[in-house]
Formats: sequence, C-alpha cells, structure tokens
Amino acid sequence: MIVRGKCWKLGDNISTDHIISGKYKFEAINDMNKMAVHVLEDVIPGFYKLVSKGDIIVGGRNFGKGSSREQAPRLLKLVGVGAIVAKSFAHIFYRNAINIGLPVIVAKIIPDVSETGDVVEVDISNGIVRNITKGVEERFTPFPKEILDILEVGGVVEYIKRYGGLPWSRGTR
Amino acid sequence: MGLIDRIVSKAIGRNVSPGEIVVINIDAVYAQDGTAPLVIDVVEKELELKRRVAVERAFFFIDHSSPAPHVAAATVHKEMRRFAKEYGVKLFDVGYGISHQVVVEDGLVRPGMVVVGADSHTPTIGAIGVYATGVGSTDAAIAMMFGMLWLKVPETAKVVLTGAMPKGVMSKDIALHIIGSIGTDGMLGRAVEFRGDTLKYLSVDSRMTLTNMCTEMSAESAIMPVDEVARKWLNERGYTIYRDVDWEKEDGYVDELIVEVSKLEPVVAAPPDVDNVKGVGEVSNVEVDQVFIGSCTNGRLEDIEIAARILHGRKVKDGVRCIVSPASRKVYMEALKRGYIDILASAGCTIAPPTCGPCVGAHMGLLAAGEVAVATTNRNFPGRMGHRDSKVYLSSPAVAAATAIEGRIADPRKYLS
Repeated sequence: MIVRGKCWKLGDNISTDHIISGKYKFEAINDMNKMAVHVLEDVIPGFYKLVSKGDIIVGGRNFGKGSSREQAPRLLKLVGVGAIVAKSFAHIFYRNAINIGLPVIVAKIIPDVSETGDVVEVDISNGIVRNITKGVEERFTPFPKEILDILEVGGVVEYIKRYGGLPWSRGTR
Repeated sequence: MGLIDRIVSKAIGRNVSPGEIVVINIDAVYAQDGTAPLVIDVVEKELELKRRVAVERAFFFIDHSSPAPHVAAATVHKEMRRFAKEYGVKLFDVGYGISHQVVVEDGLVRPGMVVVGADSHTPTIGAIGVYATGVGSTDAAIAMMFGMLWLKVPETAKVVLTGAMPKGVMSKDIALHIIGSIGTDGMLGRAVEFRGDTLKYLSVDSRMTLTNMCTEMSAESAIMPVDEVARKWLNERGYTIYRDVDWEKEDGYVDELIVEVSKLEPVVAAPPDVDNVKGVGEVSNVEVDQVFIGSCTNGRLEDIEIAARILHGRKVKDGVRCIVSPASRKVYMEALKRGYIDILASAGCTIAPPTCGPCVGAHMGLLAAGEVAVATTNRNFPGRMGHRDSKVYLSSPAVAAATAIEGRIADPRKYLS
C-alpha cells in the first residue's frame, strides 16, 4: 500500500480545533461535505479547495491534540488527504485516524526536511517514508498486520463488515 | 507492572506488557452530545446494526450544550433520546450532570474496570482506580455494539506527590505546576500513575481534578491506587471494587517525576496554552471580565465549598460576572443543603445548571473580543471560551473566587484564615 502526493507542511501542536473548530459541530453534524469547507481554515485558508487527492500532511509534535472529535480525521480524509506524517500524534486522534482508514505515520527526519509542495511518498506496508523532492528516505516501525488490514480495507467499520469481527478476534459479530 | 498493566492483565487473564495490543472487554462506555451524534451514525448508517447494545453499562450524557442553546443542539438531543431508547443506552438528560462526575458519583464505574468514553477527559475517572481512556465516536460505537475494543497497553510514568498541601493550594495548582514543568506533550504516549504521601490529604474530589488535567499533559490515561481515602469513600456509598488488583505495589514505570507539593503556591495557566504557568503574584495586574467556577475539572462539592468560604460575606466586584456551575445535580443539591449556593448567590454569583457549556465555548457565558476570564476549567487555547481574541486564565476555584472579589487575578490565601 503506497500513498504518494504533494506535501502540506504544518507545525507542532496542530489541534483538532485547528482542523475543525468545535463551533461547526452542530451546523452540519450529519453533513460532512458542508463541514469540509472549514477544514484547517485558520491554518491554510481555502485548504479544502487547494488540496488534491492523495496529498500528504507533514506535521510536527502532538498532531491532533485536544478534543476527541472524530470529525477531524474524517474531514481530512474526505477532502483528499492520503496520509499524515508527524513527529508524534495525540493518542485519540491516532486511533480515530486508523479507525477511519487514514494512515498516520510517526517519523523523526521527514518532518524536519519537508516543505509544502515537495513530493512525499509513504510505503505503508514496508514502513518507508520518502521525500522524493529532497531525496530523503526514512524507515518507520511497520504496523502490525491487523492495523495494515484495517487501513487497506478503509477503516475498522469496513473491516468488521467484511470479516465479521474485530481484528485480533475475528468472528465476534 | 503498573496499576493499568495489572488491571488489563487481570481483565484478559494473562500478563501483558506496555506496547502490546490487546482486544479487551469494555466494562463501561459513554459518549456526550458532542460525540454521540457520530456514534449514532456509525451504528446506524455505517455498521448498519439494529439491535440492543452489547454492554450493560452504556451511557449517553447530554452535558455539553445543555440545556439546548439552539435548535440544532435540541435536534441532536432528540436523536440521542430516540437512539438510547431503541438501543438500550442509559441516557442522562439535561441537568443530571457532566459525564465524568456522574459515572463516579453514581457508582456506574468501579475500581478495576476498563472504561472508554468519547470525551478527551475520560481519564478523570481513574481517580478511583479505573483504567479509563478517551476515544472517538467509532471506537465508542464499536465498544457499545460489540462489547470489546483493541487497545495498546500504555507505558506508565509515576508521579510522586510529597508533603502536605499548603494553605490556599488546591490539587488544580499541583496539576498546573506539573504541566508548567513538563509541557502540554510531557506525557504523550504514556499513562500517569499518582503515588506519594500527599495522596492521603487528597479527597476523591481533589484527585479527580488531577487525573482530569493529565489529558492536558497528553497522557492517554491516569490512575490512582485504591488506598484508605478511596476505600472510605467507596464504603460510605456502598460501592464495591469491581476488579481487585494489588493497589500498593509500585513498579513497572518508564519514568518518574517527583513533585514537592508542600513547596507549591497558587498558580494560573496564562493564555495561550495550559503550560504557560505563572504564580498568581506575577499576574496580579490582570483585570478580568468574567470568572467561571465549574466543569469536569473543578465543579465538585469541594470546589463550590472553597468558593463559598472565600465569598462568604463578600461581594463579586462590580463589572465582573461570576458564573458557578455545579458539575452535577447531586453536587448542586448538596451545595444547596449546606448553604453554599445561598452564600454564592448573595455574593452576586450567577448559578448555572450543570453543563460543560462555558468551558467548551458552547453557551452559558461566552467571551467577546478582548474580554478576559479566569476559569477553573482545563483549556485556554485561543477562542476556547468564545471570541478568538478573548483570553482565558486557568486556575483553582480558590484563585477564581478571590479574583471575583478583586476584579483582578488575586491570591486566595488572604481570604482563608
């Protein structure tokens, strides 16, 4: 499983509030498309229009900190983000991203060398992230098979529907 | 093995190590009106399930925008009530209280349980020896419908609190002091286990403030041992230990932090983030428009009590709004019975119903551009309580009450004899 796209470079401590402000959560609770126009609006105005399918966000430390709001990773995926590479992730955001099938990669070097507009590639199955533009490659700890399976089918809900149970414990449905 | 490892090991019937991924039965799961709508969508539209929930202790709380401040929230609440009835989720409606307070107070969660909540402050309930972590809506939906979840066993850092509590210092000051030292990502990827002789001076109310604020150090979970204080609290309420483990043994930590509590002073977290911590003396020139005492962090009886002690026979300064919101109806009723509400209302405070509203900037006391608030809540990011150009200083209820009297950030010690 390989994701390749244009890099959007963000800093440290990008919170779920930055990704989608809490004030929109009642405006379009069941209509993600309506909420999508606000995604990252205070960080990169117009992001929803500028981003292309498969683009990769490269963030810093504690990406996705703050509230447990799952709209944050869902909206990033909806507007086309193919993967997020960061130095570290907030724990709830990390789980939420995997659960909805958005690859989240912890890397040490790539966040320091990458700039917006670079071409970045993530080889999820083999645990390699490359900044093609800068010619830098970094290995990351590969996901356990079960997490890879979740990412490949597009999220844990799809996984359960396809295999009849949670990974690690198939057949619980 | 730390306390969390011991609870997980006992729950799944084999010894586990930090970093290991396990599938575990969930003893209780809850969501609130910010996260429940997506739980409902995941169950009904994505999983396409139409059956009773698999977990007996599955709860919905209408606590964030409560009572409904607009039609959109009212509509969400209506949907939650419908779903709760159809799927067998127990719903706590407007006015009952804030989730983390209610599950502890009502004995819905017990020591040794494994609990997930679709709210980032779920680790609050670790104060009574629960392994609790915050999750998103998909996780909460799966936990409710299947009764299990995959969890990565966190590494545990030990925080040792030493010495007695100085006058005017509350557990909120301890929490802010720690965050000021280690930063808002200081416990990223870890759980926090509290130890040390200070615990014997800390009530369950005070403990919940500490575990609550571990979310602001980016901890995945926080836990306290079931010691004599906790046992007394449980016994008084007839609550039992759900899953008993060795609460006393201290080992298996990746890190250790020692806090000399007896040397601490009242502090605040100045904007724009929770780790910008300063002594009250450093910010005594900051004038405030609003004081808020409440939330899952500091809306408990002890918090209302200290505010009442400080405001007794005194007045909230002209031009300052002081809003007090007890964290649950039970806290509200007890505060009424003890005369605290009378004292606070007489002093000029506005008593609000139990709600997360002001803390999350939903309603019940938002800030305009340029306004400044002192709040006993947990986050002070720009715009958290209203306009992006408003400012929030986080403090203990003692500092908040003293500030309400003076109209500027004040040291509570002079009001405590």
